[in-house]
Amino acid sequence: MTMMTGAEIVIRCLQEEKVEYVFGYPGGAVLHIYDALFKQDQVKHVLVRHEQAAVHAADGLARSSNRVGVALVTSGPGATNAVTGIATAYMDSIPVVVISGQVPNDYIGQDAFQECDTVGITRPCVKHNFLVNDVHKLALTLKKAFYIANSGRPGPVVVDIPKDVTAAKCKFEYPEAIQMRSYNPVVKGHLGQIRKAVHLLLEARRPMIYTGGGVILANGAEQLTRLTRRLGFPITNTLMGLGAYPATDPQFLGMPGMHGTVEANLAMQHCDVLLAIGARFDDRVIGNPDNFASIPRKIIHVDIDPSSISKRVKVDIPIVGNVPDVLEEMLRLLDAGNAAPDAQALAAWWKEIDAWRAKQCMKYARKKNVIMPQYVIEKLYEVTAGKAIVTSDVGQHQMWAAQYYKFDEPRRWINSGGLGTMGVGLPYAMGAALQHPETPVVCVTGEGSIQMCIQELSTAKQFRLPIKIINLNNRYLGMVRQWQEMFYGSRYSESYMDSLPDFVKLAEAYGHVGIRVERPEDVEPALRKAFIDHKDDLVFIDFITDQKANVFPMVAAGKGLADMILTEDL
Amino acid sequence: MRHIISILLENEAGALSRVAGLFSARAYNIETLTVAPTEDVSLSRLTIVTTGTDAVIEQITKQLNKLIDVIKVVDLSEAAHIERELMLIKVRATGKDREELKRLADIFRGHIIDVTESTYVIELTASGSKLDSFIQAIDAGLILETVRTGVCGIGRGERILKV
Repeated sequence: MTMMTGAEIVIRCLQEEKVEYVFGYPGGAVLHIYDALFKQDQVKHVLVRHEQAAVHAADGLARSSNRVGVALVTSGPGATNAVTGIATAYMDSIPVVVISGQVPNDYIGQDAFQECDTVGITRPCVKHNFLVNDVHKLALTLKKAFYIANSGRPGPVVVDIPKDVTAAKCKFEYPEAIQMRSYNPVVKGHLGQIRKAVHLLLEARRPMIYTGGGVILANGAEQLTRLTRRLGFPITNTLMGLGAYPATDPQFLGMPGMHGTVEANLAMQHCDVLLAIGARFDDRVIGNPDNFASIPRKIIHVDIDPSSISKRVKVDIPIVGNVPDVLEEMLRLLDAGNAAPDAQALAAWWKEIDAWRAKQCMKYARKKNVIMPQYVIEKLYEVTAGKAIVTSDVGQHQMWAAQYYKFDEPRRWINSGGLGTMGVGLPYAMGAALQHPETPVVCVTGEGSIQMCIQELSTAKQFRLPIKIINLNNRYLGMVRQWQEMFYGSRYSESYMDSLPDFVKLAEAYGHVGIRVERPEDVEPALRKAFIDHKDDLVFIDFITDQKANVFPMVAAGKGLADMILTEDL
Repeated sequence: MRHIISILLENEAGALSRVAGLFSARAYNIETLTVAPTEDVSLSRLTIVTTGTDAVIEQITKQLNKLIDVIKVVDLSEAAHIERELMLIKVRATGKDREELKRLADIFRGHIIDVTESTYVIELTASGSKLDSFIQAIDAGLILETVRTGVCGIGRGERILKV
């Protein structure tokens, strides 16, 4: 066996893990690693313009595929810049491995140049992290990092490597598989519990299925679709779960929660049996937990993470397990028992739901001379035939994209749901575009969010990423403005966006195509131009939209789900 | 409700701060925390005394189990168990107080392990509440220093926490 340096071992481990792209930024503590990277061409490096974007791009790659995203940053500021990316991935349980350089072992604790306690700083926002102080532990630690990141409930893992470790040599051995006595994620659900759940589902008179990001992460969309169709029950997907069930299917009620549909929220509230899968009863989804719990209903909760169960809402039948396995088992039991739900009760329930649906809560008033942001998303959906991968930033545009773009497949909708990180949209699109060169990738953003990682226009140019940026430019931090209008007497404190750049010129300065659209009739032609004429270019379309458009329906923070504000209420 | 949670964890650098950090990040209480390696030096045993509703305690045990370095978690207070805490207490011991303090230490089955002309150090091992009673039994003006290890505990009989 040949001797290898720590740096060579790092790269070799990435090759063993079949890592295609590493997003990173070089610096003193990782120079040995960059040198090893230079000497091979299997692992491709994407040079970002800011470490935050490296982690977001790795995260976006992971969300759009079923792979672990990898970022490589230097010590000190490299690592601290990466923290927002790590925390974003952590909140949405995304498998990412972040390799950070550290000052040499004997400098640690000496306040050395570009030293920081990376393991300490990242501890609360990682699934796990390691400081590798010995080259002999390096390969095994990286193996563990990939295994931990992508098993059980996924999450980011940081591996901090002192510079001297990357220079030291040892024999390379990479284990095929790994066993950890302290980490054994449960896979198979408890059969007795699944049986009880199926029994309860068949007895339900007003059933509802509610699924979250866990179904997407576990690749359970296919099983979920079969089960939902088999039962004929209504279903809602959370912001993180969109695409797990086809949005164009009549059984789909839209998104639930703060900006969910009337039919999804009322069905969540008034159902008698709720089947929750890979979802965590988040405050933005169920509103006030006491109000939610005040209506009696039986809850079945399927999740890989026991700590998600009965955390905010007490459940009746907990099932800890891998989503596709549990759903397969449910389907098997249904088939074996040849059982079906009560058709009459179900028909009556659907009648009730259809009455809620008839309110058409997503209707909005078009304006003749002003572009409505919802309209842009509707047209985007049409022009891309619903086939694009859509990333978003955070704010009103994120909600409109989630509401008006119909996702029929998983891993097409990529956004920061948990941490709500502005600035993720463009780096997410970079990760997705690299992983899916044949699929159109769209970043729906606003003039506030896009400026938080705008420097990545440069990266996108270097790697020829034909992302389409849909900038819904209302000259306001729209979601902040909406809350100020509704809850702060229209005192728009610091929510306006002044001194905006000319986004067309900005895009052009980076070598891209820029288009400004100011009239409703120009929306569709501009989109066609971007997606057809400029298929292979990055196109930045700056849509000058209605300044006062708000996201509806809305459940105010702390209110119950049935307490929705609809457009006409204002 | 007061609970004594016993944890077996990997004896790795930073493992303790993962546990302590979890409690502060999720706003759980820590009354006492003790940790030391076991007979197997690759393992540490950590005991935490905490308070909370049943739902909070359930979350605490689940969140602890989620930490990668944690191997096993047991709520000792769920069943028969023994708890002990060690206290060293330095007291002003002059005049007639010397005899009185000696007698009190004997009653509580403590030992005087350091004697000077003006002070005693008393060592006392008992349950946390018994240590509290001892402190209350002494004239507060005589106490110079107290140092307590925090509670450690073990299940009775065949209730064994092992890998």
